[in-house]
Amino acid sequence: MNIVIIDYGMGNPLSIKNMLLKIGIESEISCDVNILNSADKLILPGVGHFTSGIKNIKEKNLFNLLNFLVLEKKVPILGICLGMQLMTRKSDESDLPGFGWIEASTNKFDFEDKSIKVPHMGWTDTQFKKSIIQDNLFEENPPRFYFVHSYYVQCDNLNDILCESEYGITFTSGFVKGNIMGVQFHPEKSHIFGQSFLNQFIEWNPKSE
Amino acid sequence: MESKKRIRVIPVLSIVDNKLVKTVNFKNPRYIGDPLNAIKILNEKRVDELVIVDITASKDKKEPNYKLIEDMASEAFMPLAYGGGIHSFSQAAKIFSLGVEKVILNSALYSNKELIAEIASVYGNQSVVVSLDIKKNIFGNIKAFFYSGTRNLSTNIDELIQLYIDQGAGELIIHSIDRDGTFSGFDLKLIEKFSKVAIPVVALGGCNSIKDMIDSIKSGANAIAAGSFFVYRNNDVRSILVNYPNRSELKEIVNR
Repeated sequence: MNIVIIDYGMGNPLSIKNMLLKIGIESEISCDVNILNSADKLILPGVGHFTSGIKNIKEKNLFNLLNFLVLEKKVPILGICLGMQLMTRKSDESDLPGFGWIEASTNKFDFEDKSIKVPHMGWTDTQFKKSIIQDNLFEENPPRFYFVHSYYVQCDNLNDILCESEYGITFTSGFVKGNIMGVQFHPEKSHIFGQSFLNQFIEWNPKSE
Repeated sequence: MESKKRIRVIPVLSIVDNKLVKTVNFKNPRYIGDPLNAIKILNEKRVDELVIVDITASKDKKEPNYKLIEDMASEAFMPLAYGGGIHSFSQAAKIFSLGVEKVILNSALYSNKELIAEIASVYGNQSVVVSLDIKKNIFGNIKAFFYSGTRNLSTNIDELIQLYIDQGAGELIIHSIDRDGTFSGFDLKLIEKFSKVAIPVVALGGCNSIKDMIDSIKSGANAIAAGSFFVYRNNDVRSILVNYPNRSELKEIVNR
């Protein structure tokens, strides 16, 4: 299987490649049209600012290409952290719209209780709501993942929620709709839990659902 | 869902010339072992996060050791922060590209606190950690130190912290030089004094037990870091052993 990690200058594609290698899976980091076209599965990573993310994607001529691959060709894709947020319509962080592949928006954490610090940084238990990711395959249930983010995704349709976590509020830490999956946490930095999650993403076949 | 805020417990590995070492009061680095081997062990222990600091790079005017950083990052399947010898944006960018999530700044801030904003505006606030190394003088006055504890600024520490936060620092390590390597417990007064800020605060220096970690959290720390506690067995410097509390011990350290 051809796994391509989209390289658009945001975040840390090498960490994802290293983690995939740890579970015995080869992948390629690229922004090349031909390589992206040949992908069986895509990973959209990302750490940083929403505006820079969308700008970089457009500067590398990836915006229309990704729209085609995801919406027309229906290549399964996983968005991680900022990558997940870019899949939504819009973010409180930016005036630029996102891809809008999923009916969701990205909101800023804003707590009246100032002892709840932002960003949310650390390991948080995560409850899966859909059997696409089977929680009994994790070493501990619920599994925990590493999060670092100041914004969170809110889905219009509760049916799109893949998993939830809690930080001040219960928020959507993952969504899935058709071939489009996004998670707020960093599986590539979440030890055995991240390995198990990525294994299940690799096995995932949305066409068979 | 039951609300359970896990507290990050972070081993700090000190490096000099490719070697894992440990200091006492920032002095007398003692050879502990091979850093890559330590990281492999800490992977197996599933540590929450890892901090690696090249403790003499800035003082000795050395470039960060990119080869070692790359080797360490490729073995770290947990979040990784690196500090030591970072004085420019391009050095930080190179370190991020090797697979490191956060850079830790200290010596650069002695003369160039704007470096925080330069890095944070591109890589995000969460990627810039400030290590505030603090020492008391014989009159009990505290000062912020830089360059392995050899230079200090007379600026009030509250003001310094606010400057760093305004620049975009995403996290603050409160590092007690007086407690470093002593097993005499975290400086709870110091933590209490400086943890009431908008960004997460990590306590470092003096850790001697799980109870000490809990006390530090009660004093306001958002995360716990330690060096000696995780490289010596039973707080005994005669016995080198890379170690980490097990899950049930860690469960005691939740945010109350």
